[in-house]
Amino acid sequence: MDNLNQFNEVFFEEAQEHLETMETLLLAYDIDAPDIEDLNSVFRAAHSIKGGSGIFGFTAMTGLTHVMENMLDAARNQTLRLNSNLITVLLETVDVLKDVLDSYREENEIDWPMVEAAQATLEQAHANVMSTTKPDQETTEPQPNSAQEAQEAQDFGFFDDEPETNQVVSVSQEDDSFGFFDEETASVDTEEGFGFFEDVTETGVEDPSFGLFESETSPPVVDASEKSPQETVKSESAVVKKASKTGAETKTEATSIRVDTLKIDKLVNLVGELVITQSMLNLIGNDVQDSVMEKMQGALAELERNTREIQEAVMSVRMLPISFVFNRFPRLVRDLSVKLDKKIDLVIEGAATEIDKNLVEKISDPLTHLIRNSIDHGIEAPEQRLAKGKNETGTVILSAAQKGGEIVISISDDGAGLNRERILNKALENGISLPEPLTDEAIWQLIFAPGFSTAAEVTDVSGRGVGMDVVKRNIEALGGRVEIFSVPGMGATFQINLPLTLAIVDGMCVEASDQVFVIPLVNIVESIQPTKAQIKIIKNNPILWVREEYWPLVDIAQSLANDQAHSDLEKAIVVLVETAKSRFGLIVDGLVGQQQVVIKSLERHFRRVEGVAGATIMGDGSVALILDVESLTQFIQADIKGGMAHDSSAAIEF
Amino acid sequence: MTAVQQSSSSTMLAQEFLTFVLGDETYGLDIMTVKEIRGYESATKIANAPSYIKGVINLRGDIVPIIDLRIKFGIGEATYNEWTIVIMLNVKDRIVGIVVDSVSDVMNFDAEDIRPAPEFGVTFDSRYLHGLASMDEQMIIIVDIEELISSDELGLFDTAHA
Repeated sequence: MDNLNQFNEVFFEEAQEHLETMETLLLAYDIDAPDIEDLNSVFRAAHSIKGGSGIFGFTAMTGLTHVMENMLDAARNQTLRLNSNLITVLLETVDVLKDVLDSYREENEIDWPMVEAAQATLEQAHANVMSTTKPDQETTEPQPNSAQEAQEAQDFGFFDDEPETNQVVSVSQEDDSFGFFDEETASVDTEEGFGFFEDVTETGVEDPSFGLFESETSPPVVDASEKSPQETVKSESAVVKKASKTGAETKTEATSIRVDTLKIDKLVNLVGELVITQSMLNLIGNDVQDSVMEKMQGALAELERNTREIQEAVMSVRMLPISFVFNRFPRLVRDLSVKLDKKIDLVIEGAATEIDKNLVEKISDPLTHLIRNSIDHGIEAPEQRLAKGKNETGTVILSAAQKGGEIVISISDDGAGLNRERILNKALENGISLPEPLTDEAIWQLIFAPGFSTAAEVTDVSGRGVGMDVVKRNIEALGGRVEIFSVPGMGATFQINLPLTLAIVDGMCVEASDQVFVIPLVNIVESIQPTKAQIKIIKNNPILWVREEYWPLVDIAQSLANDQAHSDLEKAIVVLVETAKSRFGLIVDGLVGQQQVVIKSLERHFRRVEGVAGATIMGDGSVALILDVESLTQFIQADIKGGMAHDSSAAIEF
Repeated sequence: MTAVQQSSSSTMLAQEFLTFVLGDETYGLDIMTVKEIRGYESATKIANAPSYIKGVINLRGDIVPIIDLRIKFGIGEATYNEWTIVIMLNVKDRIVGIVVDSVSDVMNFDAEDIRPAPEFGVTFDSRYLHGLASMDEQMIIIVDIEELISSDELGLFDTAHA
């Protein structure tokens, strides 16, 4: 039955989602004030996986989820209190289930010993709690089962209204048919029949997870058993029809579809090409003859607008909420806090902030590292915290926000902060040259230096593979930067600034030495034609007095085109630019125009070039270099830079 | 594709070579590395790059570097006219264009046709040579183009720094 393969896929996807739901909810579970609704959701997720895995013959998952379900059911009926120990066991079971799911998905050998061990652990934990907490109640071991069946009957209404009679039946039936059917149904060949009889299925589908079937209707079971014989005939078609509809329960999710990322990347590339072709057409449009000129211009304007809209739409397809990354951290924090015996609250802010998909994947590792770092080195042990008069529980705040063309992600802890002396000592020990002047900010950046051993780092906790230098490198590779703010005793904040997208930049095209360069618009302050009065000379190098400030200058023709420097600044244009760290002017021959450009990698076929962030293709098909303003600062004459840093005005003489 | 490339660097069975002219000399390179051949068009200059790196061009959306081996190895004169040819190569998953005076032919050579190059008298370092082959009295210098293009000496790729 080839059709089954496609259903298997659906099951895998949905089981994955259910496992993630379980993990999220279990992590959020408050032992002291349990939310029954959440428990119900976790229970339903476990139940769905159990049912689905049973149907498709993924028995390794069935057994495990069955035990899980029992425990969860007892918990939601409040015959059992989940303690943090049990939550941990449940989470571990979720991990095992994930492994098993992967094995099934990749058609690998199932690790049965692991599954059985997990099941035993879970049963043991369940039994322990039951025997310790409920000796006085009349509830005995088998009863969670019957209670659960009764509960299902109420919840999903597919059992007849007599829980009493059901109890007997369903308990005995539990093992093979998962309690979806009552006696009548059981007379049908369960394995073949399940999911293929329209009405039987619908009764069976209290389970949203199958997603293959509509579940909005739950006709009386009697009806089902009556109909089933003739339904058998058209079972195939029924399934196919329903598969295309997807369950009513999942209808809210059905507004989204899964698409291979490669397809999206291709789309983005094609749109990039389209933008280029469009600007080529624009150029040609300017040369057409008078008779069609007007029409042509109108059509081109229309095309331009459409192109821009397509571009925006396609770019937004790639944007994902950053929660895709953030969601994995509660688990990390929980595991780490248990391991390190620290109490930690993780607060997540701005999880809805959207970020380019490519960034999502690449930012995950650096963030994991920084969070580990905060917990490992930042947050103190509970005793220390109490001794310092702080709350015993440390807080790590993970936040994301969009600021202008950038995404700002920050990781703040209320721990001890960075230790200035130890960092300095460590740097000296490892022969790392110290920055000048020795400001706090410069010292914090030292921990990103390669060779700044993480093994015996600041707080002597070892055991992590990657160094902070890798974190910094990864972030810089994404066009971002990391800053550190730290107050001794109060905590530290690592702030990451990332560009919104890697693919397109708004730029100003300028001309220098007969070549076009693109300056990212975010960096531009203003473009001016300098007057004689504004030009000052310091040590034979021109600088500019604008906006009550002296601006050092970089001549693009000289620095990037191996050409002569401009001799007469009054005939040139100066584009004033600023970065996080510096402000200066770029000398160019003229402005060409403002336009969105698609960033193409120079490194793909060539290598990195100093002062250049990438390349783009202009309307005429030629290549223009996109300037990396940050790294252009190196072209500022060293002596001027020094002079500027010490005194920005008094030193000027001419 | 990869199998062919492997055999080119190790066993050198009978294979096809594209021959091209630099100055007065005829060279050959493994035709499987050739992506396409096109006329020379001026490239966008790259700042602070050695003179043999002519710059980058747009090859249907890819930004591709163009190098002039004539300048790098001082063979012939680096002139650019309507007959100047660029051979686009696929090397280690990258595209690189090399400027040549002309492209002559595609030739078949067996492994035994290719003799080791003498240690002297050849412009290229022997590391980048497979050897010499002759065809109709003409000597053809068979270049290990992959080795040459990815060499540190040309400095085209970042790998050396990373």
